[in-house]
Amino acid sequence: MKFLSDLISGISLGSVYAIIALGYTMVYGIAKMLNFAHGDVIMIGGYVSYCAMFYLGFPVWAAVLLAMLVCTVLGIVIEGLAYKPLRSAPSLAVLITAIGVSYFLQNSALLIWKADTKVYPSIVDGSLKLGQLTIPYVTLLTVAACVVIMIGLSIFTSKSKMGKAMRACSEDKGAAQLMGINVNRTISATFAIGSALAAIAGVLLCSSYYTLNPTTGSMPGIKAFTAAVFGGIGSIPGAFLGGILLGVIESIAKAYVPNLANAVVFAVLIVVLLVKPSGLLGKVVREKV
Amino acid sequence: MAIEKKKGLKKAALSDLITYLGVTAVFVIMSLLQSRGMLSRSLSGQLVPICCYVVMAVSLNLTVGVLGELSLGHAGFMSVGAFSGIIAAMCLQGHIASNPVLLLVAMVVGAFFAAIVGLLVGLPVLRLRGDYLAIVTLAFGEIIKDLINCLLVGYDSRGLHFAFNFNGKQNVDSLNLAEDGIAIIKGAQGAAGTTKLATFTAGFILVILALVVVLNLMRSRSGRAIMALRDNRIAAESVGINVTKYKLMAFVTSAALAGAAGALFGLNYSSLQATKFNFDTSILVLVFVVLGGLGNMRGSIIAATVLTILPEALREFADYRMLVYAIVLILVMLATNSPRLKAMLNRAFSPIKRLFAGKGAEKEAAQ
Repeated sequence: MKFLSDLISGISLGSVYAIIALGYTMVYGIAKMLNFAHGDVIMIGGYVSYCAMFYLGFPVWAAVLLAMLVCTVLGIVIEGLAYKPLRSAPSLAVLITAIGVSYFLQNSALLIWKADTKVYPSIVDGSLKLGQLTIPYVTLLTVAACVVIMIGLSIFTSKSKMGKAMRACSEDKGAAQLMGINVNRTISATFAIGSALAAIAGVLLCSSYYTLNPTTGSMPGIKAFTAAVFGGIGSIPGAFLGGILLGVIESIAKAYVPNLANAVVFAVLIVVLLVKPSGLLGKVVREKV
Repeated sequence: MAIEKKKGLKKAALSDLITYLGVTAVFVIMSLLQSRGMLSRSLSGQLVPICCYVVMAVSLNLTVGVLGELSLGHAGFMSVGAFSGIIAAMCLQGHIASNPVLLLVAMVVGAFFAAIVGLLVGLPVLRLRGDYLAIVTLAFGEIIKDLINCLLVGYDSRGLHFAFNFNGKQNVDSLNLAEDGIAIIKGAQGAAGTTKLATFTAGFILVILALVVVLNLMRSRSGRAIMALRDNRIAAESVGINVTKYKLMAFVTSAALAGAAGALFGLNYSSLQATKFNFDTSILVLVFVVLGGLGNMRGSIIAATVLTILPEALREFADYRMLVYAIVLILVMLATNSPRLKAMLNRAFSPIKRLFAGKGAEKEAAQ
C-alpha cells in the first residue's frame, strides 16, 4: 500500500515535471538553447498567484490566469531583450545569458518578496478515499492538467498554422524564412507558450509542496530539463514520458534511500543516455560526413 | 613558410610569458600590500579562494575551450579533491610536522582522487555529444555532491573508517571510532575542525603550476590533437587521431587540476559542507571561462579574479549586489556577442581608435 501511495505521489510530481519539461523542450526544439531561466519563471508564477490570492483576494482560477498572463509577458520580454540580440551568437554565450537572466529573476524575487519561505495553500482541498488509499484532489488535478496540456500541445503543433510554423522553424530556420514564416515571431510565440506553462507548473508545484521561496524553481527546473533530455529533447510525448518516469523514480527512491533520491534520479538518466544517447523518444540524427 | 611558423611559435611563447609575468606581478604586489596591512580584511580573506577559482577556471577552460565539450559538473571534481585532501591532511597531521609539506601532500591526494573520478566519469560521458554531454556532467556533479553528503569518515589509531548515511539514520557513532579517534567528515554537516593550511603563496604556486600544465599541453602534439578534435572531430578521426585517448587526456587533466584547487579550497576553511560544491559553483566557474574567452587562459584568470572580487566590491549596493551582478553579466554577454550592439560600440569608440591609429601612423612616418 505504501508503494502504491509513493507511486501516486510520484506520478503527481512527475506531472509537474512534465509540464515544465514541455516548456523546456519546445524552447529547445525551436531556439536550440537551454533556457536556464525557465525554472525561475515557474517561481515568479508561484509568487504572482500567491499574491493574487492573498493580497488581491482573487479566486483560484483568476489567480492562475493572472500568473499565466504575467509569465507570458515576462517570457516574451526576456526573449526580446536578452535572447533575440544573440540569435547568431555561439550557443555558450546564450547559455551564460540565460544564467544571468536566472540570477536576475531570483534576486528580483528576493528583493520584492524577501527570502523567507511563504506557506502556499493547497488550491484544492480534500482527498479521494479508495479503501485504504487517499489521493488528494490536487494530485488528480495535477495529473489531469498535465494530460490535457500534453494533448493540447500535440494537437496545436500538428494542426494549427502557428504550430506548423514552429515545427518548420525547429527543422530548418533558413528554409522556414524563405517559405514566408516570420521566424522571430514564431520563436517569441514559443517562449510565450513555454512561460504560460511554467506559470501553471508553478501553481501546481507550490500547492503540492506548500512552500514558496526565491529558489523554489531552480531544482525542479534542472530536474525538468533532465526529464526533457530523458524523454528525448524536442519531443512533446518524450517530455511527458520523461517527466512522469523521473517523478516516479524520485518518489520511490525517496521512500527507500531518502538521502540519495536525487542521485538515483540522475544515475538513471546517465544509464538511459548511455544506452540510448538521444533519449527515450528522441529522433536519431544521422551524422553526415 | 618556415619563418612564419617560427614567428607564430615565438608569438605563442611570448603570450605565455606575459601571462606568467602578469600573474607573478599581481602576486608580488598583493603579498607586499598584505604584509604591510594595506589590504582590507575581506579582500585578504579572498586571496586563497581567488587562486582556487583561477585554477578552476583554467582547468575548466581546458575542457570547454580547448577540448570543446561543455561540462556543467566541474564543481564535483573540486568537491572530490577538497574532501579527499581534507581526509589526507587530517590523517597525516600527526606524522608530518611541516605544514607546507602536509598541504602539498593533501593537494596531490586531492588531485589524484579527482583524476580517478574524472577517468570514471569521462569514460562513459565523452561518448556523448553536445547538450547531452553537458546534462550528464551535470548529473555526475549532483551525484558526487549527494554521495559526499552521505559520507562519514573517521580516523583513529586503527586507521580510517568509512560509512555511508544513505537512509538518514546513521551518524558519527556508526563509525565505531576508538577513544583517540576524530571524526573528519560528518555526513551533511561536512568537515569541521579542519586545520587551515592554505596560504596565498601555495595558491600562487598552484596557479602557476596549472598554467604550466595547461599552456604546455596546448602547445604540444597532444594539445594540437585535442584542438583538432574540437575543430572537426570527423576530420581529426580520419587522420588517425585517437578520439577517446585525447578526450580523456584533456578531461582527466582538467579534473586533476580541479581536485588540487579543491584541496586548497577545503584547507582554507575550518568547516566545509558538500553542498558548497553544487550546480551553482559549476556554473560560476563556467561563467568565468565564457566571459574570459574560450581557450584563452589569460582571460579566464582575469575573469575569475574580477568576478570573485565584484560581489564584494558591490557591497555598498547591499541587497542589490547580486542583482547588479546579474545585470552586468547579461550586459557583458550582449555587448560582446550581439552583432548590433558590437557595431554600435565600434561606432562609439571609433573616434578614439582613429586617434590612436593616427598617432601610430605619425610615428611610422617619422621613422
